[in-house]
Amino acid sequence: MTRSAYRRAKPQGGGFELAVWYLMRLTGVALFVLALTHYLILHVLYDPALQNADFITTVRWSSLFWRAFDWTLLMMVLFHAFMGVRTVIGDYTHGGVRAALTMGLYLLAIGLFVMGTVVVLTLPTVVPAG
Amino acid sequence: MLLRYRGGIGMLAWAFHRISGVAIWAFVILHVVDIYLVGGNPKAYDELLAIYASPIGRVLEALLGAALLYHALNGLRIIVMDFWPSLTRYQRQMWLTNWVIFAVLGVIVSYFIFKPLWGG
Repeated sequence: MTRSAYRRAKPQGGGFELAVWYLMRLTGVALFVLALTHYLILHVLYDPALQNADFITTVRWSSLFWRAFDWTLLMMVLFHAFMGVRTVIGDYTHGGVRAALTMGLYLLAIGLFVMGTVVVLTLPTVVPAG
Repeated sequence: MLLRYRGGIGMLAWAFHRISGVAIWAFVILHVVDIYLVGGNPKAYDELLAIYASPIGRVLEALLGAALLYHALNGLRIIVMDFWPSLTRYQRQMWLTNWVIFAVLGVIVSYFIFKPLWGG
């Protein structure tokens, strides 16, 4: 069996692209644990029908641990998903279109980074009564 | 190019990896925006969560889970081949193993996601 032709080859010569190649794999392993755990908790252990804004403040984000967990997940997924889509854009476009789409992609990532960080830091911690 | 299948596990695995990856990326955008609403507009968040809990919402949730699980398992397979190239000769066995894990976990997770629909 030969090596798969459809695997993204490790970039030669180091620098930015090589760092991204390693970081995609590093964040990928982290997400294997973080994203699957997050999905298991919020889609299997807790039924979505029982979730609302109150559930987030009084249960899900009532501890620093789960806020830190979800924020770490956000950081990993923003890097992994946006650098992944950057590769997709690079595969199907070129020139000015590629540059514009990639710039839009980075702006969207920054926007989501700010929104996610703001809500995880500012949402009041409410310990449920009783 | 994306959908013209010419055989070989590599290309099929790659196409599924790309499709599931872009789908998860789209959901992440929606999900960060919806979580932001918990602070900014809790009522709108509650209404959105009711859609997530609807029958169609649950089908989409199960599809999200399928995309996540496939992407996670195939991603590990890619990492194994990248860092231990000699193991690439077992890529077919890894691919089949992944589908066994996918099927078993998929049935279990789907059961819990759809159970509330028939009053479980």
